[in-house]
Amino acid sequence: MEIKASMAGNVWKITVQQGEAVEAGQDIVILESMKMEIPIASEEKGILKEWKVQEGDFVDEGDTIAIVE
Amino acid sequence: MSKEKELRDRIEKIKKGGKQKYHDSNTEKGKLFARERINLLFDSHDVIEDGIFANVMAEDLPADGVITVTGKINGQTVCAMANDSTVKAGSWGQRTVEKILRIQETAERLEVPMVYLVDSAGARITDQIDMFPGRRGAGRIFYNQIKLSGRVPQICLLFGPSAAGGAYIPAFCDTVVMVDGNASMYLGSPRMAEKVIGEKVSLEEMGGAKMHCTTSGVGDVLVDTEEEAIQFAQKYLTYFPANFREKPEKIASVEPQAFDKSISEIIPENQNAAFDMYELIYRTIDKDSFCEVKKRFAPELITGLARIDGQSVGIIANQPRVKGGVLFTDSADKATKFIQLCDAFGISLLFLTDVPGFMIGTRVEKQGIIRHGAKMLFAMAEVTVPKISVIVRKAYGAGLYAMSGPAFDPDCCLAFPNAQIAVMGPEAAVNAVEANKIAKLPEEEREAYIQEKQAAYKEDIDIYRLASEMIIDDIIDPDQLRNELIRRFSIYQNKKKQFTERKHGVYPV
Repeated sequence: MEIKASMAGNVWKITVQQGEAVEAGQDIVILESMKMEIPIASEEKGILKEWKVQEGDFVDEGDTIAIVE
Repeated sequence: MSKEKELRDRIEKIKKGGKQKYHDSNTEKGKLFARERINLLFDSHDVIEDGIFANVMAEDLPADGVITVTGKINGQTVCAMANDSTVKAGSWGQRTVEKILRIQETAERLEVPMVYLVDSAGARITDQIDMFPGRRGAGRIFYNQIKLSGRVPQICLLFGPSAAGGAYIPAFCDTVVMVDGNASMYLGSPRMAEKVIGEKVSLEEMGGAKMHCTTSGVGDVLVDTEEEAIQFAQKYLTYFPANFREKPEKIASVEPQAFDKSISEIIPENQNAAFDMYELIYRTIDKDSFCEVKKRFAPELITGLARIDGQSVGIIANQPRVKGGVLFTDSADKATKFIQLCDAFGISLLFLTDVPGFMIGTRVEKQGIIRHGAKMLFAMAEVTVPKISVIVRKAYGAGLYAMSGPAFDPDCCLAFPNAQIAVMGPEAAVNAVEANKIAKLPEEEREAYIQEKQAAYKEDIDIYRLASEMIIDDIIDPDQLRNELIRRFSIYQNKKKQFTERKHGVYPV
């Protein structure tokens, strides 16, 4: 499953490392946009397979941030 | 055979609807028979049905594919129509349309809510001259709906397809409930889309319930079963009066759901950190009274009916947990319709504000964020129902205006002690004003300078200063919010207001 950015912003903090388990609804990354912290959660339970971004990167709305399997 | 027996036999036959095979295929899809839907929706089976013999001479078109009744829901008179998909897929012939028109006209005369139970393939092409273009053709259904809009509540429960022109029935209703997997709306079917524009797409993708309730916003409430849809309609109607002349009924007050943490404990000090606005809503409203509309569409703004001290209230709340609570084109759209819905039927409005502003950037400018935002402000300004604005945390830029800020004549504007009202937040403001100066400073001095300027800015927009200037009417203890709202809403119920004198405004849509 691809985790996508809900809005345009900067990747502020990655809170789960590659290979770690994530619960459904768990925040895995916090974006920074409009001076706000925008938490992005995994919709499903799984393992964080791959990060597509690094902290500090700009992401547009709909961009894939990570893959959860 | 006696005349009485013939009558009974004919009625019995009509009430069975179409052929058994169509009943069976509906059952397989989890769909109930139209008459069963009516039975579940109304308080008792004792409803008035006119036009049951419509097209009786045709033999194979019982009730001409639509059931139209008047009865009681929660003890209140309601009119309803229900397509019977076992009769020519619920398609519309001339008498089908005439029956729908007549039940709408009954709702208009009685000034009672109108419920549309939709499950129809659309026009009967073979009958088009009789049912499509004329003064009593299908267009008249929509004309009637538009005329009824704001006079009486109109709700659509979508159990199956609502195709082509038929898709306008839901579109003109106040609220549309869609059953996941079965309900769909589209102007042209996937088959037609493939032929005409070469697009290959599934029905679910193009016009399914999930799509409409999350992406297009044409659907308002997504449910799993028909029973759930009917229960939603029954609950929803309790918040409304029968028509615009009456007031919503006040029922017994219920204490809010109990939680370990209080409101002041759940709101983070840091303005930029997310929190879940639902947690504040549930601590403020009567337990189990939240009836959310458009939950899945534009979730950065929450809209829902609720009760506070037993009184109907429409809540419009920013959700910092989603997209930072920033307002987008869809959220402005969602708010506009909900505000109009509540105002039309005398339901008081509560704005819970925690908004960084409207979204900026090329994408939203191309979508027309300015006119969508203007539309929300327009609707919010025009309302004449009691209107309370609560600044929970931040209210920046036009976000303050859209959420019924002081200039938009709320009955009161209240703020929590940690609230910030400003053109923009401290970080953005310091950056906007001081960027050149910061750039010229040696790097090691920058952070301290920024901190100092931000602190000065925060002092400038201090909430006590705004209270001192009487920009806000009061600062309240967050844990006293419910009591404050109960006191104020009960007093504001007697409000008399006409917005202005004119035919109607020109909406920036």
